[in-house]
Amino acid sequence: MAVSPSPVLEPDAEPAGGEAQQQTGGGLTIQILRVFVENRLAVLGAALILFIVLFCFLGPTFYHTNQTDLQKALLTAPANASPSSTYPLGTDNNGFDMLGRIMYGGQISLEVGFAAAGIATILGVLVGAVSGFFGGFVDALLMRFVDVLLSVPLLYLLIVLAVIFHPSVEILILVIGFTAWLVPARLVRGETLSLRVREFVQAVRVMGGGGGRIVLRHIIPNTIGTIIVNATFQIADAILLLAALGFIGLGVPAPQTDWGSMIAVGVNYADSGDWWEIYPTGIAIVLVVVAFNFVGDALRDAFEVRLQRR
Amino acid sequence: MTGYLIRRFGQAILVVFGVVLLTFLLSRLYPANAAARAALGPKASPAQIANFNHDNHYDLPIYEQFWIYCKNIFGHGYLGYSYKYNQSVRSLIDERIPKTLVLIGLSTIFALVVAIPLGILQVVRRNKIEDYILTGVSFIGYAMPAFLLGELLILWFSLDLGWFEFEAPQTDSTWGILTDPRGWILPVFSLSAITIAGFSRYMRSSMMEALTEDYIRTARAKGAAPGRVLFRHALRNALIPIITLLGLTLPAIVGGAIITETVFNYPGMGLLTTDAATQNDVPLLIGTTFVAAIATVLGNLIADILYAVVDPRVRYA
Repeated sequence: MAVSPSPVLEPDAEPAGGEAQQQTGGGLTIQILRVFVENRLAVLGAALILFIVLFCFLGPTFYHTNQTDLQKALLTAPANASPSSTYPLGTDNNGFDMLGRIMYGGQISLEVGFAAAGIATILGVLVGAVSGFFGGFVDALLMRFVDVLLSVPLLYLLIVLAVIFHPSVEILILVIGFTAWLVPARLVRGETLSLRVREFVQAVRVMGGGGGRIVLRHIIPNTIGTIIVNATFQIADAILLLAALGFIGLGVPAPQTDWGSMIAVGVNYADSGDWWEIYPTGIAIVLVVVAFNFVGDALRDAFEVRLQRR
Repeated sequence: MTGYLIRRFGQAILVVFGVVLLTFLLSRLYPANAAARAALGPKASPAQIANFNHDNHYDLPIYEQFWIYCKNIFGHGYLGYSYKYNQSVRSLIDERIPKTLVLIGLSTIFALVVAIPLGILQVVRRNKIEDYILTGVSFIGYAMPAFLLGELLILWFSLDLGWFEFEAPQTDSTWGILTDPRGWILPVFSLSAITIAGFSRYMRSSMMEALTEDYIRTARAKGAAPGRVLFRHALRNALIPIITLLGLTLPAIVGGAIITETVFNYPGMGLLTTDAATQNDVPLLIGTTFVAAIATVLGNLIADILYAVVDPRVRYA
């Protein structure tokens, strides 16, 4: 989890953009898209993400299962039943259908992943851009604050916040979002430092544009590549962090569930051979995280094309 | 060098003070009455709660509470009192720290021993089948939740094959853990898995970069054998950034130890933390968080100093 930089395909592995530049024509967006599509892993990743999102959010409309009524599940369905035609992936210890449960838990894992990454990105971008652009005291203060937060191991901070505020979907989104903005803040600050001395920023100044306008309209849009790439990895990290919290017992409260909590419960039964209670869910987590990493890496290469063209 | 050291120490002291302030604020975010209820039980009378609040200085203005908190930490090394264990937080943590250090130390050594050769292998065989396989495995290693890996290791190698114990040695002595490899091999492997993927990727790119340097071309031009160029010239320089990487990864390793210790019931500080979390033992939770943060700051400081010692370019920059 949140282990340093993700294992990425270094630029040397993938000659980014070389071919795309030869096939001239088309706007910047088209070029970016072209490099992205050329990367087969990225297309596979994007397709996987689309599939898993549809599976979790649209799946339940075609595959009806009871996932909220614990009483009913306990009374009407067998617990820990092995996969059969009635229960394609078996049932869990309460009698909830596992296939339906993966959709239901996946909704929450994905929701938390997207929303927490969104909060972390917006917060990080604002702090980073303001810090880098205004410099001086503001910068020193904000960056020391970032230093302090970064020195507390993320999982410790998350656990403390989850215990203080009692986990619910909304709280978990906020807690993960408010602890994950440090990396984008540093990245965007770094880019802002080099952007703020560029001619176009001076031009806005000469034309009378204020600090707020420069940051929001000119600096941030120019860091969009970094922002999008980082946001992609943030989603993957947030899903893993939620899973870790779920495992410790600080995930979403019952009867709601998330992939991490599902595995945490399932391992108790997997010990006695009920493989279906952990493997499908585990595969779902690994697939979705790998998919986001593929997409993030490809986006990085694609945006490098844009930088080369400048 | 002296100037660099003074600057670096000053920065570390500032961050330590920041951590003290942060942990204080976190501990006060938890409502005082809830803390009293957690400690005294649901049937505590209002008078008992008022007493508890007085004993813990919750009735004082916030800045005075902070002053007392600072005095306790810097003056007496006192981190609070755990009502669940009926023991001072400090004594609980002191008991667990050596065990967590053993776990983190062994797994970091193991990660380096595995990742450095892997990285070199990937450079030597770059864009060949070995490189692709290792890249694929590191992707999956990164995407696998640490607890899932730990549980699968238990399932496969302990319950199915019976090679190792399914939990860490349950002993009070750190020596007792060290002398029972059947108990610590799985936890150590499981914790190092988080870092092996990152380390070997880093090693690969760091070696690639070192191989493009002028001194490599010079060495080759002088007729040095490929193996000598690789190990004597490239590897030595490529290893330097690993020190920084170790410092940067430290928070992830310390945090990862929480998961590993919980999975394997390993009696260290991470397990103490999850126990504190599930029992709403806020003083203990804040205490372990504080210690983990200070350990991280120290680790980073040591890494930066080592870096400056090893690489003169940093000192004079």
